[in-house]
Amino acid sequence: MKPPPFDYCCPDTLDEVLTLLAEHGEAAKVIAGGQSLVPMLNLRALHPGVLIDINRLPGLDHISLEDGQLRVGALARHKAVLESAAVSEASPLMALAYPYVSHGPIRNRGTLCGNLCHNDPASEMPAVALASGAEMVLQSAGGTRTVAAEDFFTGMLSTAAEANEILVEVRVPRAPAGQGAGFHEVSPRKGDFAYVAVGATLQVADGACTGARIVCAGVGDGPHRAYAAEDALTGAAPGDDAFRQAAAAAADSIDPSEDFHADADYRRDLVRSLTRRALADAASRCN
Amino acid sequence: MTTPRTVELVVNGEHRAGDAEPRMLLSDFLREQLGLTGTHVGCEHGVCGACTVLVNGEAARSCLMLAVQAAGTEVRTIEGLGGVDDMHPLQEAFWEKHGLQCGFCTPGMLMTAVELLESTPNPSLDDIREAISSNLCRCTGYQTIVEAVQAAAERMQGEAQ
Repeated sequence: MKPPPFDYCCPDTLDEVLTLLAEHGEAAKVIAGGQSLVPMLNLRALHPGVLIDINRLPGLDHISLEDGQLRVGALARHKAVLESAAVSEASPLMALAYPYVSHGPIRNRGTLCGNLCHNDPASEMPAVALASGAEMVLQSAGGTRTVAAEDFFTGMLSTAAEANEILVEVRVPRAPAGQGAGFHEVSPRKGDFAYVAVGATLQVADGACTGARIVCAGVGDGPHRAYAAEDALTGAAPGDDAFRQAAAAAADSIDPSEDFHADADYRRDLVRSLTRRALADAASRCN
Repeated sequence: MTTPRTVELVVNGEHRAGDAEPRMLLSDFLREQLGLTGTHVGCEHGVCGACTVLVNGEAARSCLMLAVQAAGTEVRTIEGLGGVDDMHPLQEAFWEKHGLQCGFCTPGMLMTAVELLESTPNPSLDDIREAISSNLCRCTGYQTIVEAVQAAAERMQGEAQ
């Protein structure tokens, strides 16, 4: 058998999950879709004492648009999020990025919240969450707290969630009216891990860029926001000159890791190309 | 507990049960406890798709699911698709169009294609390529697999009319 030995519980209520997390702390891992966790177990990169399976919990698979926020629960599967009308309405950037999230069989079981907790550096959704100003709702036996995306992703496969906490919901603010979005990715095959992905959102008023967000995946130890590139766009006339400058600033802002798929220069070059394309798409969708 | 427990589920329409430690993968459970060795085990970390089965009608990597998580579900494997004397249209089409060479990826390819054709009876070539992008084949170059799925879809559409 590939995975190391562990205990397994499959509680029926969130209260039981929180009690188990309080009891086992670091030794416990929550399993939802398991599409990132089980590979880690199979590779024996993790040795949890106990797996807490949340698949039987009722009422955590919601995808809803309430009070100007998209709310996605811990058991909402990628497939459901990908197909959700609430997502395309509230977050065009997420809707554009979702087709790049893995393959069908993985999307059938994997969850958005699990994907965010795993925080793989090549993963699209942490970058989308960062660009969108998403908030993570973390619950423990001691209570509930909300953590902004910029504070949640803390490094390679790491987040601000404590060992006794579970991410019960992610909240994504509805995109402002008139905002355009673009998302581009290069990977060996569509659905595989990205070499580099870039997402951009843009607002334009009186012929000038008023608000830009540019995020990259696959360039470091987590999602990367290219602040210098965003600043370069503020007040500029939207167009290829401005987008080239922003793309150059985005490429300068990263210190990419290397592997046998893509060296650092190639990843920088991809950031430059994909940022231009994402911004051009975003500009064409502004209104 | 790490001790084995009995997992009861429905496999290919039959009620089945077997013992599994929590760490036993569904792929190993199907092969070792239930003797259903048609489900192939390739990479064992969710990349190759050889172990794809249908769980409650949806394609799933059986190497990324624990057997205990499959308790109470309805699983379909390659053994449920058809035999030598009563092949499924997809199996016939893979044979006719040379959709396999070594055959290692074939059970996963077929179960992935079953899910596609049950949800999208008339898929475009892009739909087929998108669906099988989750599965690796080291022999065919994929073209003959795409042609086989397309041929099976046409045959099943014809039979349905």
